[in-house]
Amino acid sequence: MKNVSVVLLVCLMLMGTLFSAEEPSEVKLASVFSMTGGASAYGRMTYQGVQLAMELFPEILGLPVKMVVMDTKSDKVEAANGVRRAIENENVLAILGNIISGNSLAGGAVAEELKTPMLSPSSTSPIVTEGKAYVNRVCFSDDFQGQAAAKLLYNLGDRTVAVFVDVEQDYAVSLANYFKRTFEGLGGTIFYEYYKTGDQDFSAQVLDAMSKNVDAFYMPGYYTEIALICSQAYDNGFYGNLATGDGAYADETIEIGGEAVEGLYLTAGYHADSPAFNENAELFLKAYAEKYPGEKPSMFAGLGFDTYLVLRDAIERAGELDREKVAKALRETKNFPGSTGFITITDEGNAEKSVVIVRIEDGQYVYDSVINP
Amino acid sequence: MKIEIFIQHLINGLSLGLLYALIAVGYTMVYGILKLINFAHGEIFMMSIFFTFYAITLFGLPWWLGMAVGIVGAALLGMSVDKIAYKPLRNAPRISALITAIGVSMFLQSLAIVIFGGIPESFRNVFPEFFTKIFTIGGEVIEARGREIVVNAIRIPSITIITFVVTLITFLILWFILYRTKAGMAMRAVSMDTKAVSLMGISVNKTISMTFALGSALAAVGGILWVGKYPQVWPMIGFMPGLKAFVAAVIGGIGSVAGAIIGGILLGLIEILTVGLMPQMAGYRDAFAFILLIVLLSFKPSGIMGKKELVKV
Repeated sequence: MKNVSVVLLVCLMLMGTLFSAEEPSEVKLASVFSMTGGASAYGRMTYQGVQLAMELFPEILGLPVKMVVMDTKSDKVEAANGVRRAIENENVLAILGNIISGNSLAGGAVAEELKTPMLSPSSTSPIVTEGKAYVNRVCFSDDFQGQAAAKLLYNLGDRTVAVFVDVEQDYAVSLANYFKRTFEGLGGTIFYEYYKTGDQDFSAQVLDAMSKNVDAFYMPGYYTEIALICSQAYDNGFYGNLATGDGAYADETIEIGGEAVEGLYLTAGYHADSPAFNENAELFLKAYAEKYPGEKPSMFAGLGFDTYLVLRDAIERAGELDREKVAKALRETKNFPGSTGFITITDEGNAEKSVVIVRIEDGQYVYDSVINP
Repeated sequence: MKIEIFIQHLINGLSLGLLYALIAVGYTMVYGILKLINFAHGEIFMMSIFFTFYAITLFGLPWWLGMAVGIVGAALLGMSVDKIAYKPLRNAPRISALITAIGVSMFLQSLAIVIFGGIPESFRNVFPEFFTKIFTIGGEVIEARGREIVVNAIRIPSITIITFVVTLITFLILWFILYRTKAGMAMRAVSMDTKAVSLMGISVNKTISMTFALGSALAAVGGILWVGKYPQVWPMIGFMPGLKAFVAAVIGGIGSVAGAIIGGILLGLIEILTVGLMPQMAGYRDAFAFILLIVLLSFKPSGIMGKKELVKV
């Protein structure tokens, strides 16, 4: 009787190995992006980068890659549904996405629940990865952006800074907090000036900041208000440094701000003119120029490119198509040469990487410098 | 606080207040004659800015002609809104017309998003330079950031002076129309008793149409000066100024033109001084405008210049 059961067990084990040894024929991934809706411009640009990377590196572990595209319609509910469909129906190994922080929060919760690795190209809000083991990103998170701005202004010689905070935007409030912490840590002083999304008159705040003899304005917000703050600072004769975050990295800032935004500094993830950090950056620029002649790649295309490459690198290091192992390998990414800079993914799933400082000069965004972590 | 800074706050407040005043005048006029709070006023303000913007940038018209297009366009839009949305409700309860006004406001906002898109357009360099000049009193000239800057001076933007002059002229023209022309007499008569007026052989609908045209044209004048000061336009631009102008009109006593101007200036000054004197409260500046409204109405329910209405039981 004992022998029989041993034989049975051995048979079962053999069968198990036989079944699991079935060779996978492809690596299935999903891009859950905002292809339509409010953030569609970002989603499409990012997907351009993903496609470019796939054309250059079409195989992972020697297997062809199959990319499923799910549209979140820039909507939180659709983002969560998209991630669930990709994992449960399409049975993908890992998820690329989502684009905007709100969507990544919703989609990330599902990826976490279903224990599937997810890598966001561009969601910068700190809470996207907070307390999650499977959700990661290749862009910097806002805390690092705020720190970079503080270092930038301090290095420019500014010691007193007025920080303009949009009290209605989590993005602005968290950037302002990180800026304050770093800037005060360096020995500087800050004053807060508050406003709300949709405000159009900032003359009182500008004047109040000027009456405190500040050296610079730091305005972590979105371009609609930033352009007007700069414009009213200019009209009121403020001549100190002006700095803002990537929320103002849009052509509208220059169109609306005109001469008032000349010299404005921005902390950003990428600028096409920044010196190529590594071989992948060169490869990306060359491939982009061939595929889209006459166009300069956007930050999002670069991040999309890197998302695919980092994920590919993690899968290759994991050595097999196993979600747990890929998730673990993702967090072991060290100094990966991405097109937007060297990427190290921390234990919290955040990317430690260089911040590119961009400046407005003669109505153009020009590359200024790089601040390393 | 240094006295120069305080004076500068006052100038900035006046600058904003005069703009509120101009928008509030149109608001108060429509109310005074129709007893209808036209919530679409802010959207007509927004539309007129877009008309002016496209007339100048897309069709290459000179700036003054562009402004005329904006003003005439707004007047026509106001009249059509009245024809389509309010006229069928002329004899309905007043609350129906009010709800319709909110509907029209939302409709125009969404329409603008569909037609013009949600991305802000820049109004910089659309108007000639004398709109954006800044006059300085006192101070000294220094070189910084590659240009000459006057510091420690009191600054008066030319747009503030233009707004002041335009408000004054508008007030005079309005007074002339209302009190020295037949059409104005008809308007005042309609505001008193529509039934009696129609018995006298005056076309009530024509008079109301004209009221809308005039009120909307005033919104357009306010809108054009607004973008002279804040050089961007997008479909939501009219919402807050419209609401503030409504508050200004109510503070001044809704229905009274002089009251609307006083209310507007008062509101602008209070808003700027709230932020200037209590910078940590800047996020609540709109709340202060509405608190002011509540406080004032509890002491003087008909506003500063409003007529006391006796309710007969």
